[in-house]
Amino acid sequence: MALRTEPFVLNIGPQHPSSHGLFRLEVTLDGEVVTGLELVLGYLHRGIEKLAEGRTYIQNIPLTDRLDYLASMTNNFAYVLAVEKLAGIEVPERTEYLRVIMAELMRISSHLSFIGFLLNELGAYFTPLFYMFREREKILDLFEMVCGQRLTYNYMRIGGVSQDIPEEFLPAVKRFVAEMPRLVDEYEQLLSGNEILLARTKGVGILPRDKAINASASGPVLRASGVKWDIRKVDPYSVYDRFDFEVPVGSVGDVYDRYWVRVSEMRQSVRILEQALKQLPKGEVWTKVPGLLRPLRGEVYGHIEGPKGELGFYLVSDNSIAPYRFHIRPPALLNLTALKDMVVGWKLADAIVIFGSLDTVLGEVDR
Amino acid sequence: MTLIGQFRDWLINFMPEWAAYIVAFLVGVVAIIAFVLVMIIVFIYLERRLIGRFQVRLGPNRCGPEGIFQLIADSIKLLTKEDIVPAKGDFWVHFLAPIVTFAPALMVFAVVPFHKGVVLTDLDVGILYVVAISSISVVGIYMAGWGSNNKYSLIAALRAVAQAISYELPVVMAAVGVILIAGSLSLSKIVEAQTIPFFLLQPLGFFIFLLGSMAEINRSPFDLLEAESEIVTGYNMEYSGMKFGLLYLSEYGHTLAASCIITTLFLGGWQGPLLPPFLWFLIKVLLVFFVFLWVRSTVPRLRVDQLMAFAWKCLLPMALINLLLIGAQVLWFPKALPWGMMVVNFAVAGILILLWSRLFALGGGRVEV
Repeated sequence: MALRTEPFVLNIGPQHPSSHGLFRLEVTLDGEVVTGLELVLGYLHRGIEKLAEGRTYIQNIPLTDRLDYLASMTNNFAYVLAVEKLAGIEVPERTEYLRVIMAELMRISSHLSFIGFLLNELGAYFTPLFYMFREREKILDLFEMVCGQRLTYNYMRIGGVSQDIPEEFLPAVKRFVAEMPRLVDEYEQLLSGNEILLARTKGVGILPRDKAINASASGPVLRASGVKWDIRKVDPYSVYDRFDFEVPVGSVGDVYDRYWVRVSEMRQSVRILEQALKQLPKGEVWTKVPGLLRPLRGEVYGHIEGPKGELGFYLVSDNSIAPYRFHIRPPALLNLTALKDMVVGWKLADAIVIFGSLDTVLGEVDR
Repeated sequence: MTLIGQFRDWLINFMPEWAAYIVAFLVGVVAIIAFVLVMIIVFIYLERRLIGRFQVRLGPNRCGPEGIFQLIADSIKLLTKEDIVPAKGDFWVHFLAPIVTFAPALMVFAVVPFHKGVVLTDLDVGILYVVAISSISVVGIYMAGWGSNNKYSLIAALRAVAQAISYELPVVMAAVGVILIAGSLSLSKIVEAQTIPFFLLQPLGFFIFLLGSMAEINRSPFDLLEAESEIVTGYNMEYSGMKFGLLYLSEYGHTLAASCIITTLFLGGWQGPLLPPFLWFLIKVLLVFFVFLWVRSTVPRLRVDQLMAFAWKCLLPMALINLLLIGAQVLWFPKALPWGMMVVNFAVAGILILLWSRLFALGGGRVEV
C-alpha cells in the first residue's frame, strides 16, 4: 500500500542565503523532489523606470548603477549608448576604447563573482568565493583608480567618460591582464575537474535550445544551450568590431555548460583587453554635450552584451530634458522565466544550484 | 590496571570501598569532560584560523593575541542571548534535543585510551559501545529538527536519519576489519596490537572509516543537514542562546570523538617513538582533524541521492570486500609478514578505488513529475 503523502510547500526566501538579494521561490516538494515552482518577485522594486522619467538624461546615469550592482559599468555603458544613439552624439575614439576596457573588466569581475557564488551554492564552504573575490578586488581597485568608486561607478557619461584614466592605471591593468590567464587556469584546475562538482552540475538543469530561445534567454545562459548569439558579434557597438575574439558556446545547456561558458568568456575578455590596451589611442575623452540635453522627438533601443545577457534600454524622447519613457530590458529577469522548466523534477539542492547558475542579481530583476 | 583503578585502590585507605569507587569515577569523569571541552575550544579556534588561511584571509584575530579569546567572547554572547522557543514548536522535544545530542559525544570518551592504562573504563566491548553510543546523537538531531516546527529543520532531520542509517553500516564493517587483526573489541587492546598502525595494514578500511566518519559527524562534503545554501542551517535553525551553543559544541564534540576513534583504531593510538604517548595521541588527533578541515574547505557538497548512492554503492561493497580480504588473510596466512599483507592490501585498495570511480558515476537524479 502506498503511503498517502501531502505536497510540502517551502518558501525559499525572501531571506535566504542563496536568494541573491530579496527573492522568493515558492517550491512544492515531494520528499526532496521539486514538483512545482513559483517565482515571487518584486521585493526589491524601487521604481527606477518611473523615477527616471522625472530626471534629466544625465541624472539618470547613477540610477543605472543600481540595476545590476555587480556590473554597474556595463549598465552605464548601455544607457549612455542608448542616449547617444537618441541624440546622435559621436564620442572620441579614446573614450570608446576606455569604455570597452571598463566593460570587459566588469565582465570578468561579474563572472568571477558568479563562479564564487555558484560554488558556494554547491556547498564549497566559501573557499572558491574568497579566491574569486581576491581577483575581483584587483578589478575594483582599478575602477577606484579611474572614478573613485568601488560599487556604483557613474563613470560613463553622455558624450564621454567622467575623467581620463590616471597614469598609474595602464601599468596596473597590464599587470592584471598578464596574470589573469594563469589564474583562470588555476581555478579550472581546482574546480572543473572536481568529481563532486561534475556530479552536481553535469546534466543538471538542462535548458534545451528551443526552450532557451522561446524564453528569450540571452547571454551565457543562451550560449550554454548552444545558440551562438553575442551582441558584440551580431550587432557590434562601440569598437567591438575591431577586436578578434571568439564566442564560447555550450553543447548541452546544463549547469556545467553555463559555468564553462563563463570561464571561457573570462579568457576571451582578457584577449579583448590585451588588444584594446595595445590599440588605445591618445586624445580627448569628451565631446561637447549641453548640460540639459534635449534630444529630438523620437525613440531608440540601445542594447549591449552585458555580463548576464542582453541589457537594453528603450528610450522615448518628447524633446524635453527628461525621457518620456525609460524602459529597461533586464537580462536576469528574462533568464529567470526559464527557471521553472529547468528545475521541476530535480532535487531541492539542485533547484538552488540551477537558480544560481542563471547569475541573477535582484537589483536588476525588480528594478 | 588502569590509572583510575590505582587511584581507587589508594582511596580505599581513607574511605569505605563504595565511596572510593564513586569518588574515583567522578574524578575521572570530570577530567575527561575537562579534556573534551578544552579540546573543543582548541578545535574551534584552529578551525576558524585554518579555514581563514585556506580562504586567503586571516580569520578571527581581534580578541586577545591571535584571536585566542574569540571563543570566550562568543560564549559570553551566547550565554546572554534570549532563549527563544518557537511558538508552535514542541517545547520538551526542543528543550531535550541539545542534551541528547551532546551527551553521546562525551560518553564516547569513557573508553578512549589516552595512554597505556589511562582510560576511564577498559570495556571489553569497546568498539560496540562506541558505535552504539555515537549513533544516539542522531536521535537528538532528529528531535531538534522535529521540535522546531520549521520546514528547513524538518528536511534536515529527515536527511540526518537517512544519512546516519546508511553510513553506520560501512563504518562498522570497516571497524570489524580492525577487530579481526587485533583479535579484541577493547580499544586498549587494539592500540597495543598495533605494532604497525592499522591504516598501513588495511588502507581501504581506513579510507572507508574516514569517509564514513565524516558523514556521521556531518562534515563537508556530507554536511547535508546543515547545508547552508539549501536549508539555511538545518536542524539548529530555531535554536538560540546556549541551546544553540550546546548543539554547536556537540558538533565539535563528535568531530573530536571521531578523530579519537580513528586515531585509536587506525593510527596506533598513543604509540609512537621519542615523544611522550599522550603527546602522540594529541598530534594524531589534530592531524585527523586537519584532514577533516582540509576536505571541508576544498570540496563542494554532495546531493542527497548521491550521498545515499555513495554509501550503498561504493562504501558498503568496498567495506565487504575489505572484510573478506582481511578475514581470509587472518584465517589462512596468520604468519604472513605484515609487509606482505601491506603490499597486497594497498594494491587491492588502489585497484578497487580506480574500478569504482570508473564504474559508478554519481550523476543523474532527475525524476519525472
